[in-house]
Amino acid sequence: MTVTTQTSHAPARNYWRRPPIIANPRLRWALGLGLGIYLAAAIGTLDINWIRVAEGWPRAERFFSGFMPPDFFARGDAILSGLLESLWMTVAATALGVLISVPVAIGGARNVAPMPIYLFCRSLMALSRTFHEVLIAIFFVKLFGFGPFAGVATLTMATVGFYAKLLAEDIEAINVSQSEAIRATGASWLQWLDYAIRPQVRPRAIGLAVYRLDINFRESAIIGIVGAGGIGATLNTAFDRYEFDTAAAILLIIIGIVMAAEYTSGIIRKAVQ
Amino acid sequence: MAVSKDDHGPLWRRRTSKGDFAAWLAWLIGAAVVAVCFSLISDKTIWEFVWSAPREAADLGSRMIPPDWSYSTQLWRPLWDTFNIATLGTAIALIISVPVAFCAARNTTPSTSVVRPIALFVIAASRSINSLIWALLLVVIVGPGVFAGVLAIAFRSIGFCGKLLYEAIEEIDVPPVEAVTATGASSGQVLTYGVAPQIMPAFAGISVFRWDINIRESTILGLVGAGGIGLQLSASINNLDWSRVAVILIAILATVIVSEWLSAKIRGALT
Repeated sequence: MTVTTQTSHAPARNYWRRPPIIANPRLRWALGLGLGIYLAAAIGTLDINWIRVAEGWPRAERFFSGFMPPDFFARGDAILSGLLESLWMTVAATALGVLISVPVAIGGARNVAPMPIYLFCRSLMALSRTFHEVLIAIFFVKLFGFGPFAGVATLTMATVGFYAKLLAEDIEAINVSQSEAIRATGASWLQWLDYAIRPQVRPRAIGLAVYRLDINFRESAIIGIVGAGGIGATLNTAFDRYEFDTAAAILLIIIGIVMAAEYTSGIIRKAVQ
Repeated sequence: MAVSKDDHGPLWRRRTSKGDFAAWLAWLIGAAVVAVCFSLISDKTIWEFVWSAPREAADLGSRMIPPDWSYSTQLWRPLWDTFNIATLGTAIALIISVPVAFCAARNTTPSTSVVRPIALFVIAASRSINSLIWALLLVVIVGPGVFAGVLAIAFRSIGFCGKLLYEAIEEIDVPPVEAVTATGASSGQVLTYGVAPQIMPAFAGISVFRWDINIRESTILGLVGAGGIGLQLSASINNLDWSRVAVILIAILATVIVSEWLSAKIRGALT
């Protein structure tokens, strides 16, 4: 807090000024100046074609009038089978991903694993997190061919990067006294894992799995666009055939399911934690 | 906790017999559901293509190596664009998400019956549409290019930042707010002096977190024409120019690593 004494013609009195967020004035000005220069450069190179943007409104109107009214039934079978495929992909990929993640997470926790294993598992997590799901899907589609198999492989990989990392962090944050107590009873390493670590991370492990199930469904709607099966493939077909009313129906269904899934996953997570 | 008796006296067990049975049944049902899912997927899979994966991978590898390094000089502009899409998009999202969050938080909203549901709907709608789909729509509206990408990232991030921010606002301490109110401050002054300082750390953390995610997302927006390095990537893939694809992937890898390092640094400085 800065209290400055005012030395003007007015009777001297103390007044309070809000402290700046960055205390060092030189750093504050340098950061502000740098930010200003960056913003000018970034916006300057944005190359907005304002004429095209101005045309946007009628185009958007035409585009969205194509969406109206959403047509749920003309390609109802395709939508339903796409949705079911997405659901299977989501469940299978989440289960497989969690199964792979658990050993990776144990190996990636500094308080459980020795250094070489820790580094190996951590780099595995970093590797599967680096690239966006869509990029991974492009390559898996190339390797495994079109269809849900590539999608499951992609989602599994993404799940490992997410789940193993967060679970490892949770294992690192466990209460040490309990783990020491189990050790003191002469428990073997596996018993120690089972009785000291597992009960402590269980609520979060379940919560994360439910959360990931939710994310995987969302992602399955996207990776279909590059050929990895699921409702995204149906959506892409609808766009390619200019069947915008079907596309609108699919988007609405996705939004509805995502909202419902988020609501239920929130309830489940609250119940276990 | 349960205790069973045997010849040597009481024996500690984790669960009762009924509990054991219930847990076993739950695992069985779970495993069965997963097995059914796998078999349904297997039906839809052409296994010849899957088995040829090692050959495909070797083929792809031989086409990608050596990477076409001379191409990397043309990547600076797309990388700069990618960085801008993420940064400007996050900035716009933050500017919009602050008022939305204040309207959505139970303790600061002007009206619980009208404004709050609208704000919550804005947050939910923005969150449930992936940025790639936002980009798909925006490319049609504002035309292909970086601007569509910036807006796509911004629209997707409003919900994310808004949700985390309004949860942070709902968790603030009440006494400082009451103290500022007691001095006779106007409601705007209460927000700036009572509420804002309390959510500042959360706000900074959220922005860095989302910026990090957005860097990753902005690398793929080009696939649908919304600018950034994805544009070059999809062009190279469509031309089957895999040695260039390799260079682009390395560039993306480097960008993501740098952004992760940077955000870790900023997060460290904040706490």
